[in-house]
Amino acid sequence: MSSLGFECVNVRYGTQEALYAFTDQVKPGEWLCLIGPNGAGKSSALRAVAGIVPHRGIITVDGAPLFERSPRRRAALVAYVPQTPLMPDDMTGGEYVLLGRNPYISYFGSETKHDRALVADVLDRLDLGAFTHRRLGTLSGGERQRLVIARAVAQEAPILLLDEPTSALDIGHQQQALELVDRLRREHGLTVVSAMHDLTLAGLYADRLALLHQGHVVASGDAAHVLRPETLSEFYGVSVSVHHEPDGTVVVVPRRSSL
Amino acid sequence: MATHHLSRKWWLPASLVVLVAAVALGAMIGPAGGISSANWQIVWNIRLPRVALAGVVGSMLSLAGASYQGVFRNPLVDPYLLGAAAGAGLGASLVFVYARSGTSGWPVDPLPLAAFLGALAAVFVTYTVGASFGGSSLSLVLAGVAVAALATAVQQFLLLRHSDVIKEVYSWISGRVNTATWSDVKLVLPYVVISGAVLLVHRRHLDVLRVGDEEASTLGSEVRRIRLVVVIAATLGTAAVVSVSGLIGFVGIMVPHLVRLVAGSSYRLVLPLSIVVGAAFLILADIPGRVLQHGGETPIGVVTALVGAPMFIFVLRSRRTAV
Repeated sequence: MSSLGFECVNVRYGTQEALYAFTDQVKPGEWLCLIGPNGAGKSSALRAVAGIVPHRGIITVDGAPLFERSPRRRAALVAYVPQTPLMPDDMTGGEYVLLGRNPYISYFGSETKHDRALVADVLDRLDLGAFTHRRLGTLSGGERQRLVIARAVAQEAPILLLDEPTSALDIGHQQQALELVDRLRREHGLTVVSAMHDLTLAGLYADRLALLHQGHVVASGDAAHVLRPETLSEFYGVSVSVHHEPDGTVVVVPRRSSL
Repeated sequence: MATHHLSRKWWLPASLVVLVAAVALGAMIGPAGGISSANWQIVWNIRLPRVALAGVVGSMLSLAGASYQGVFRNPLVDPYLLGAAAGAGLGASLVFVYARSGTSGWPVDPLPLAAFLGALAAVFVTYTVGASFGGSSLSLVLAGVAVAALATAVQQFLLLRHSDVIKEVYSWISGRVNTATWSDVKLVLPYVVISGAVLLVHRRHLDVLRVGDEEASTLGSEVRRIRLVVVIAATLGTAAVVSVSGLIGFVGIMVPHLVRLVAGSSYRLVLPLSIVVGAAFLILADIPGRVLQHGGETPIGVVTALVGAPMFIFVLRSRRTAV
């Protein structure tokens, strides 16, 4: 299990500050969910960790700065599931998940028996064995999303980043994907950081929420603390009612202002 | 569509059989008739060198085209994308205009040398300019368009002022292997072998790049370094074959697509198959040119486009090819 630290992380695109002085410490095995309106900086934080946007400040894994790592070593520590993954229609499910082994293969090398066995095992455990020889172009959105998660699992990184993992899925597949992440987190002791729009789902699965607004963290804590009607109304500009179920679930329901 | 995966191990042997047949045809067909003891000299000194050169050129252009399509994730890309063709054309034109007369005593023929250096120089300028815009694949492609336009403009200006060499230049641009000798083959072979070896080593990396620059880098690939190495290797090989054969078009786009159509689009298979199929295709494309026009030769670049364009349309119609 690994911890993930942010120390005063800034991300800017041109002159536009997307994430400002983001500081957080994600504990080993914790699931942190970043919430906030569009453009709040959620994706920028994840992309900074994944190493695909330049940033200032320091991001650490188990206390060691990530920028000192080679790209391969970084990929062995952090797996990233993008919001809209690019999935070549012609690639098979097996070939796609095998890409997750890339950090462990030397420049001139190729996949070993161990890599192939591990991928077959991941596909089996995620009930995706049937897609090993199917082309990605023939699969549904939910099936593709599970394959992207499978690729991240095959990467065997202790930290998993999920950028809007459920935005393209129906309610059943949303739950299926998040249950899968939660199961993997418990089985492998993964540390998870996700960005999500659905506040109820965010509160349901994450240990902790951080609400971002215009690049700043404006609230952080458990669901009951962050998901308050007055907070959400201030930063999302919406009118919501928040219900607390007996089991502790926090349900956020939008309200029509005219009612 | 899982069928091609069951049979994928058969594609390489099958394409090798086609290549052997192409070599045999290339040795047997010509104005002087089939193979006999009387014309063995013709076969060994005239037909086989052009078969060998066509094979080497076809392999290299197809392999370079497939590799370029991989690093730029664009199926419409050919090995001339970053200005290699325009640079070679300009280099060759300069020789035709300024150096054709006084250089017969030179130890090396300046024409292939100028084409080779022109192609390398154009791609070098493209890469330098593209890198200064950030080095993404789009900025490289755009820089390539600009450099090619510039080189072509200079070439046209030169040729308009020296219209006496236009026919020679256009004949060179159309591509040829009919004047091939064994020394031409020996001249390009080292470059092609080195370039081919480097490109084949990168076939796994090209499969990783299929998910895009960003995702490939989150998977641990150093995308820019891979792209640079592949572009250098593909350009070196392309410049070498262009310097002896002129600009043979369309092979570098068409052959990789043909390969994908039958064998799927994993570069692990596309690259080696492009080598074999590219060789066979250009050897076969060289044959009609020998017999079509009585008493003359149809340039091979014309044949590849005449045969290749309809074939290409057929390929695109029969399947939406993904890269």
